[in-house]
Amino acid sequence: MNAVFALSGIVAVAATVMMITRRSAVHALLYLVVSLLASAVIMFVLGATFVAALEVIVYAGAIMVLFVFVIMLIGPESIPGPGRAWVGPSILSVVLLAELGWVLAQGSLTGQPAAEVGPKQVGMSLFGPYILGAEIAAFLLLAGLVGAFHLGRRRH
Amino acid sequence: MASVPFEYGLLLAGVLFSLGLIGVIVRRNLLFILLCVEVMLNAAGLGFVVAGSRWSQADGQVMFIFLLSMAAAEVAVGLALLLLHFGRRKTLDADAMKMGANVTSAADYRGIGDRGGT
Amino acid sequence: MLSWTWCIPALPLAGFLVLAIFGGRFSKGATAAVGAGSVGLSFAAAAAASALFMISPPAGGSFTFVLWQWITAGWFSPSLSFTLDALSVVMILVVTGVGCLIHLYSTRFMADEEGYSRFFAYMNLFVGSMLILVMASNLLLLYLGWEGVGLCSFLLIGFWYKDPENGRSARKAFIVTRIGDVSLAIGLFLIATTLGTLDIREIVQKATSSWQTGSTLAVAVAALLLGGAVGKSAQLPLQTWLPDAMAGPSPVSALIHAATMVTAGVYLIARTNALFTLAPAVQLAVGIIGAAGVLVAGLSALTQRNIKRVLAYSTMSQLGYMFLALGIGAWSGAIFHLVTHAFFKSLLFLGAGVVILAMNHEHDIFAMGGMARKSPFTFWMFLIAALTLAAIPPTTAGFSSKDLILAQAWQSGGVGRVFWALGLAGVLVTSVYIFRLVFIVFAGTPRTAAPVGAHSSGHAAGRDGMQAGPVMGIPLAILAALCLAGGFLSLPHDLGGSPYLLNFLNTALPAGTMPETPQRTEWTLQLVSEAASLLGIPVAWLVYRRSRTAGAGHPVAARSNVLARFLQGGWGFDWLYDRLFVQPFVWLAKINARDVMDRISDGVGGLFMLLSRAFRWTQNGRVRWYAAGLAAGAALIVAAVVLL
Repeated sequence: MNAVFALSGIVAVAATVMMITRRSAVHALLYLVVSLLASAVIMFVLGATFVAALEVIVYAGAIMVLFVFVIMLIGPESIPGPGRAWVGPSILSVVLLAELGWVLAQGSLTGQPAAEVGPKQVGMSLFGPYILGAEIAAFLLLAGLVGAFHLGRRRH
Repeated sequence: MASVPFEYGLLLAGVLFSLGLIGVIVRRNLLFILLCVEVMLNAAGLGFVVAGSRWSQADGQVMFIFLLSMAAAEVAVGLALLLLHFGRRKTLDADAMKMGANVTSAADYRGIGDRGGT
Repeated sequence: MLSWTWCIPALPLAGFLVLAIFGGRFSKGATAAVGAGSVGLSFAAAAAASALFMISPPAGGSFTFVLWQWITAGWFSPSLSFTLDALSVVMILVVTGVGCLIHLYSTRFMADEEGYSRFFAYMNLFVGSMLILVMASNLLLLYLGWEGVGLCSFLLIGFWYKDPENGRSARKAFIVTRIGDVSLAIGLFLIATTLGTLDIREIVQKATSSWQTGSTLAVAVAALLLGGAVGKSAQLPLQTWLPDAMAGPSPVSALIHAATMVTAGVYLIARTNALFTLAPAVQLAVGIIGAAGVLVAGLSALTQRNIKRVLAYSTMSQLGYMFLALGIGAWSGAIFHLVTHAFFKSLLFLGAGVVILAMNHEHDIFAMGGMARKSPFTFWMFLIAALTLAAIPPTTAGFSSKDLILAQAWQSGGVGRVFWALGLAGVLVTSVYIFRLVFIVFAGTPRTAAPVGAHSSGHAAGRDGMQAGPVMGIPLAILAALCLAGGFLSLPHDLGGSPYLLNFLNTALPAGTMPETPQRTEWTLQLVSEAASLLGIPVAWLVYRRSRTAGAGHPVAARSNVLARFLQGGWGFDWLYDRLFVQPFVWLAKINARDVMDRISDGVGGLFMLLSRAFRWTQNGRVRWYAAGLAAGAALIVAAVVLL
C-alpha cells in the first residue's frame, strides 16, 4: 500500500505544480481536479473512506464546477502566466517546508495508521461531540448561500 | 490499511500547502489566486485526515468536513464578489486594484526636516 | 520700634504689582496716582523712620529686623532682613526723596506717551529693588536688589521698544553690567564658602578677625566686589553702556542713571569697606579707577553733541570722584558727594528733559539755542544745577562735597596728592563742559523747534514746544533748592559750618584716619579749586563763541579732528570692545549659524522620515504582496516556535 500512497503523492504534487504554472484557466482547473482526486486516493489509502468520497463529490465535484461556471461567465481569455517574481515566494515556501521537515525529523511525530475509520464512526462523532460544530457549519453554508445570492442579484 | 508512516503524510500535506502558497503570491489573476487558496485548504484538510487516521479517531475527518463546508461557502461568496469586481473593472488583475495604497509620492514630503539653519 | 519700616520697599513693589496687573485698565490719572503715590508714601515712611532714627538712635547705631528665614540649606541660611543704620537711612532718603520728585515730574513728562502704566510699573519696581538693595542686611538680599535694578534699567532704557536702537542700547547696558554682576556673584560665592555667612555684620567681624591684611583671599574678594561695582557704576573698564543708556526717557536717566542705580556700586563699596581696608591694593585700584574715570569721562563730555550724552559722561565723571574718595578711605565723603550728586544731576536731567520736549525730541545741542529766552524758568533751574556740578562756591552743594573729597585726597598724602591733582584737573574740565552746554543750549537767539515728528523715533510726538507746567516745575524747583541748601549738610569748617552729615554717617562708616586739616592748607586748597571751577566759565564761553563762528554743527574746535572724534567716541572703548569681543563672538555665532544642535535634533526627525519612507513602500495595496507578507511572517513565527 505504500506504493499507492507514494504514487498518489507524486501525482498530487505534479498536478499542483502544473496547475500553478498554466496560462489557461481551464487547464489549471483540470489539473487541480486531478490533484484533488489524488488526494482522495490518499485518504482512501489511509482508511478515511468517508472523507475520500466527500472529497471527490464536494470538492472536486461541486466547488470546481463553480469555478468552471465562473470561467464560462468571464470568458476564456488568456490570463497572464506567473509573473517574473516567483523566486521570492518559492524561497518563502521552501523555508516553511523546511521548518515542517525539521519538526518531523525530530522524531516526535511518529506512528502508523492503525485501523480504518468508517463513515459510521465519523457520523457518530459528528453528531455526537461535534454537533455544535455541525450546526455552525450549517449556518455558515446558509450565510454563504444568502451572500452569494445577494451579491449575484442584478440591481435595477 | 496502509502502514504509511505518519511523517510522509504530513510532509505531503506540507508540500501541497507550499505549492499553493507560491501560487497565491506569484499569480496575478484573481481567479488563480482563489484556486490556489483552494489548494492550500485541501492540503490542510489532508493533513487533518492523516493525523486523524494515525490515532484512529474520527476527529480528523470531522475537521475535514468542517473545512470542506467552509471552503464551499467561501468559494460561493468569493466567486460572486469576483464576478461583481469583473463586471465593474473589466479586469481580473490583482495588481490593478490598489486599495488603501500609498497614493502620495515621496516628492510630497521633500523639504520637511531640512529646516536647519534658518 | 522701627520694624514697620519693611513697608518702605514694600510700598513701591505693591505699586508695581497693582500697575502690572491692572494698569491697562486704569485711567492716566489713576496710574499716576498709584505710580507716584506709592513712592511718595514710601518717602513719607522713610522720612518718619529717619526722624525716629535720629531722635532716638538704636543701640550700636543700627537696627536690624528679620522678616523671615529665606533659605535654610545646611550652614547657609540667609534671612530676609533689613538693617537701618546711618548709611541706609541716608540712602533711603535719597532714593525715595529724589525718586518721588522724579515720579511727580514724569506724570506730566510721559503724559503723551503710550505705555504710561508700563512706565510707572517699571519705575516702581526699580525703586522697590533699589530700596531692598540699600536696606539689605545680607549680601544675598543686596544681590537681589542689585539684579532687580539691573532688570529695570534694561526695561526702562528700552522703553520705547519700537525703535531697535533702543533695544540695542538696553541690551548693551544689561550685558556690560552683567559682566560686573558675575564678578560680584563669584565674590559672594567666595565669601560664603570661606566665611560661612553672607550677613554683612558677620562678614565684617569674621573677615577682620580671620583674614590677613593683603592676603590673597582678601584681595580676591575685594577685587571681585570691585568688579561688580565697576559694572553697575559705569567706571572703567565697564563704562561703555552709560552713554548709550540715554536712549531711555529723561526721567529714567535722572533716576536710574544719575541718582540711584549707578550709585549702587559706590554704596556696595562703602557698605563692605572693611573688606577693602583688608586689601589695600584693591582700595588703591578703586581710587585709580575713579581718578582715571574723572578725566576720561570729563574730556569725553567736552566733545559731545547730544545733550544727554554730555550729562551721561558727566555722571561717569562724578562717580569717578566718589570712587576716588572711596579709594583714599573717605567713605563718608563719598556718600556725601553721592547725595549732592543725586540732587544736581537729576535736576540737570529733568531740565534737559524739558528742553528736549520743548524742541520736539531734538537731542542735538547745536540745533538748540536761546532757550533762556524761550523758557526762563528752565534756564534758571538748569543754571543752578550747572553751578552746583561745577562746584562754584560758596553755597552750592557740589562745592561742599567735591571740596571735601579734594581736601581729604590732599591730606592722605603720597598717592593722594596725585589724586588731588587729577581731581583738580577734573574740576576745571567739569566746569568747561557744563558751561559749554549751558551756553550752547541757552544763550543766544532762540531757534525754531524741529517740526513735529522729526525726531519721533519710537515715541509719540509731543505737542509743539511743550512748556514745563507746574507738575514738572515743582520738582525742578525743589531740587534746585536742595542744590543750594545741600551744602549746609556738611560745610567745611572754615566757612563756619559743621559736618552734620559726615558725623551722622560716621556712626556707620569708619571715619578717615587722616590728620585734621590745618586751617591754612584748607583755605589754600579751597582757593585753588574755586579758581579752577571759576576758570572754566570763560573758557567755556570761548569754546562757545568759536563754535558759533565756525558754524553750527562744529564740535569743540580741536587741534585735529582725530582728537575730537577720539574723545567723542569715549576714548575708543566701544571700538576696542567691538574688535576684541563682539566681532569674534559674532564670527563664532555665524559659524554655528546652521547650529550643530539643531542639526542633531533635525537628524532624528530626518531618520524617522527615512524609516517612514521605507515602511511606506510596504503599503502598496497589492494583495499578493500582502499574502507574501503573511507567508513571511508565518515562516518567521514558525521558525521561532520550532527553534526556540
